[in-house]
Amino acid sequence: MLEIVNLHATVADKPILNGLTLTVPAGEVHAIMGPNGAGKSTLAYVLGGRPGYEVTGGAATFLARDLLAMEPHERAAAGLFLGFQYPVEIPGVSSMQFIRESLNAQRRARGEGELSGAEFIRLARAEAGELGMDADMLKRPVNVGFSGGEKKRAEMVQMGIMRPRLAVLDETDSGLDIDALRIVGAGINRIMRAPDRATLLITHYQRLLDVVQPDRVHVLAGGRIVRSGGPELAHELEREGYAEVA
Amino acid sequence: MSLLAHPTRKDEAYRYADLDALKRVWSDLAAAREIVVPAGQRDSHVLLANAQAVEVHRARIVIEAGASLDLFALNGATEYGRVEVDVTVREGGHFALHAANIGGGKATQEIVTIVRHEEPNGTSRQTVRSVLAGKATGSYLGKVAVSRHAQKVDGEQSVKAMLLNRGATANCKPELEIYADDVKCAHGASVGELDPDQLFYALSRGLDPASAKALLLEGFVLQLWDEAPEDRREELVEASRALLRQVTA
Repeated sequence: MLEIVNLHATVADKPILNGLTLTVPAGEVHAIMGPNGAGKSTLAYVLGGRPGYEVTGGAATFLARDLLAMEPHERAAAGLFLGFQYPVEIPGVSSMQFIRESLNAQRRARGEGELSGAEFIRLARAEAGELGMDADMLKRPVNVGFSGGEKKRAEMVQMGIMRPRLAVLDETDSGLDIDALRIVGAGINRIMRAPDRATLLITHYQRLLDVVQPDRVHVLAGGRIVRSGGPELAHELEREGYAEVA
Repeated sequence: MSLLAHPTRKDEAYRYADLDALKRVWSDLAAAREIVVPAGQRDSHVLLANAQAVEVHRARIVIEAGASLDLFALNGATEYGRVEVDVTVREGGHFALHAANIGGGKATQEIVTIVRHEEPNGTSRQTVRSVLAGKATGSYLGKVAVSRHAQKVDGEQSVKAMLLNRGATANCKPELEIYADDVKCAHGASVGELDPDQLFYALSRGLDPASAKALLLEGFVLQLWDEAPEDRREELVEASRALLRQVTA
């Protein structure tokens, strides 16, 4: 699904990723853990194609295509979903309109038909319901006036509607209380646990991984994967800290 | 300023005006429209552009004690558009202006306000958004005057402009004239481009760059109408969209 080889990237000329290699096969959930400043969010943004995050070496292949050669919107149409650590507010644009136009742009790019207004509303209501979110919140401007937890839930509603092949979720667990964490975690399992999908969970803490159990755990430090292991590695990190393990 | 004589550029309120265009319609504007919101009442007014070449709205507004008025104004004349309001706010009264200039070609769009807080505890909120393309000029001249005994007044002006072409111009002049000593008046202004975080967020969801920009530009204006009365909101939204389509075409 995703194959990253020897990836180097800079932000404002400062090297952040220094030879990162990682393979995420279809059907799997991988967790990336690491201390602050290790390059976790940079990895997410580089995969999403954010301007200012410059790839200086290496390669990333997504579903047998050169991911790094694609524009951000082409990556979305190809099936990549980036869950933001801080979902952005867009005053004046309703979530309904935003998600519908985005989804239909993806579908057009893939040569699929657009969803009608009624079809979309049905889909959006169902996904909001699954995430325990009042569907009327989707009539409000994108993320405006939402609490931190509501924003993360709204991201998962978007993900449920878009049904990506690969989700890169950047600290989706931050700002969530225990109940919201369970709901969001269950949402990730429901939407992304499938033989033809994969997930990269970027997180600081074990607690999300209790709900969304990863197949592999990687430790990112100094811009590289310094250790990989099974789910037990996350527990070891939680017990002993990054300094010991990495 | 006399209502009968033609204005000149020496008059600060007409500094950026298209005086030739104004002359053609001046006779129709013998007097400003009078709006009084009686004590304790809430009201709202909508001034909508009607896609005319020259369109000038002038109003003198009095907001009595404890009353409140929301004024929604969309300025979009193809040649010269002007929304000019002179508002007096009495004790504990509230005035909110939600206004947009949308212009392309060689259009001149102006929003000119004087808000007079003559008594204590009044509040005013002015939010102005301009989208300017081609060689259009959009201006906001907004004066907030607080009288000597009008304590605890709270006034705010937020003015932002988006210039779509190098030839477009935005003028912004918030002005405070404060004689009371216990008041809060704030103003912020920016002229710029679309927010890069919003843009990347939209792109990451699959919108191509042109569609993403159009959507964000729409949001930039449409957020003004979030609090418009239910029965007028759609009209403001549709008129704004039509104008944005024209200037971005």
